[in-house]
Amino acid sequence: MTNGVTENPGGGETRRASIMTTVVSLEGSRDRERSPGRLALPEQVSDRVPVAERPVSLSTQNMSLYYGEFRALKDITVEIPERTVTAIIGASGCGKSSFLRSFNRMNDLIPGVRVEGSVEMAGVPIYDRRVDVTELRRVVGMVFQRPNPLPMSIYENITYGPRRRGVRNRAELDEIVERCLTQAALWDEVKDKLNQEGNELSGGQQQRLCIARTLAVEPDVILMDEPCSALDPASTLRIEELMQELGHEYTILVVTHNMQQAARVSEMTAFMHMEEDRAGLLVEFGPTTEIFTTPKEKTTEDYITGRFS
Amino acid sequence: MAEASFSASRVSKENLEKRLLSGKRAERGTETLIHMLLLAATVVSIATTLGIVFVLVNESFRFFQEVSVIEFLTGTKWTPRFQPSLFGVLPLVAGTVLVAAIAILVAAPVGLFTAIFLSEYAPNRLRRVVKPMLEILAGIPTVVYGYFALTFVTPLLQTFLFPDMIIFNALSAGLVMGVMIIPIVSSLSEDAMLAVPRSLREAAYALGATRFEVATRVVTPAALSGIVAAIILGLSRAIGETMLVTIAAGATPRLTIDPRESIQTMTAYIVQVGFGETPQGTTIYYTIFAVALLLFVMTLAMNILGHLVVRRWRQAY
Repeated sequence: MTNGVTENPGGGETRRASIMTTVVSLEGSRDRERSPGRLALPEQVSDRVPVAERPVSLSTQNMSLYYGEFRALKDITVEIPERTVTAIIGASGCGKSSFLRSFNRMNDLIPGVRVEGSVEMAGVPIYDRRVDVTELRRVVGMVFQRPNPLPMSIYENITYGPRRRGVRNRAELDEIVERCLTQAALWDEVKDKLNQEGNELSGGQQQRLCIARTLAVEPDVILMDEPCSALDPASTLRIEELMQELGHEYTILVVTHNMQQAARVSEMTAFMHMEEDRAGLLVEFGPTTEIFTTPKEKTTEDYITGRFS
Repeated sequence: MAEASFSASRVSKENLEKRLLSGKRAERGTETLIHMLLLAATVVSIATTLGIVFVLVNESFRFFQEVSVIEFLTGTKWTPRFQPSLFGVLPLVAGTVLVAAIAILVAAPVGLFTAIFLSEYAPNRLRRVVKPMLEILAGIPTVVYGYFALTFVTPLLQTFLFPDMIIFNALSAGLVMGVMIIPIVSSLSEDAMLAVPRSLREAAYALGATRFEVATRVVTPAALSGIVAAIILGLSRAIGETMLVTIAAGATPRLTIDPRESIQTMTAYIVQVGFGETPQGTTIYYTIFAVALLLFVMTLAMNILGHLVVRRWRQAY
């Protein structure tokens, strides 16, 4: 593999360039298509403050994760900036999802999971004994790989989280439903059928419903675990647009297998890789443009140029 | 070279005929035999059911030649052995329903809570111990439950709650029957809960739901059709149960809703007549078929209801 790279450096360059071209052209077409009536989020830090100067939201220090005896993640140290879309890329089985799920302690549901090292949000250790895990999951929301609306109406899906928090007032709930569905670019499509079952919607609509449902809990961070992998290209584009818009207000961490997607939606990219002992490592973390054009690590370069997947 | 290979057909007619048409008769014969064997096995249970229904209907018909259906279904006195002989089945139905109702009042909540505990709370290791134990509970012969009710639960109730209660009573039989059918309710409900996809639980947990909220507001509604079916099956079992009530609930056909009284269920009556020196061909002899037919109709109705519920409330997830 080493030889492959040194013998043919130009090949890598070309492929990388083509990825970036795709990214640019897609962005262009999307701007043209964007409807004027669409909700525009207030332009916040993202557009003024450079990524490097944004406050740190999630951070880990020498974090390792074990499933029983098996070490799935090894010594991960990272600082993820606030109100930024950060993509996590890497080959299948390298621990991307495990890593993502450690931030809302979803891994706690699996028996035998253990986390070592520190995982913090805004300086608060989230694996501290005193942490209220249900409250943590309200602060750190999550969207899953397959759309998983609860078996209830659209309205009830959105209000499920707020109701758990004790919001009972009908007018207040109505307001939340409209705001979140609008924010998730779904309101116009479902406003006349809010009592319809959530799982009667199309796949792409279901995923936007899941995003709206997450927004209703008013999180600071949204974790997305391959949110588009079960969707068609048109729905994928909508969700990607949504991610970028939401990235102005929320800290978004998205796991993706699709490198074009990572390049399109994220400002920061983390590349993970699995070693021989099958433990996942964080190989490189930095601004997306740097990761895709001038990666520091050779493994990163090999991965993004498609030498292995 | 390619041309050469087409000079003659690669598949000769004779050869293909030999393979396709002569066939391996022996193999086909075996297949038919297996088919018949499997069919025969299936027929055994269907034929038995039909046979039972036939006998019930046939013998009941003779009973209803002497006693009108109306009198049988609406009469409030059941005194087949005395003069005047009255054949109103309602006291027996009331006894059956009373015991079954007490049983299901115990078994439905306890069984459901057990299922929730096992599927949502219990660590794997505990579940592996508790499940077989529950199945042992289901395997205890019903005669044992009968004497347990009579010699342990009844004295206990007399000592602490109802000192005047008669030794044979519906309450104690119903309570113990409830315990007896807990495994049916819990095991089937738990299966229904385990079938609820993990993604739904994760969805709720990710929205900040507690374990209890996930269990009660996501898993239980999603598994509701299975849970209701489990309860109906338990109820159906309670209605048909014989030995326990024969031993512990008494032999006094009585139209009452007071569980402290001695009653007689339909099944217990059938046993009583069956054991007795009832001459074949008498009206009393035919009563057991009429009562059994009614019992059959009741449990059948419960089972059909169970199926309807499962189909109607099945939730798409």
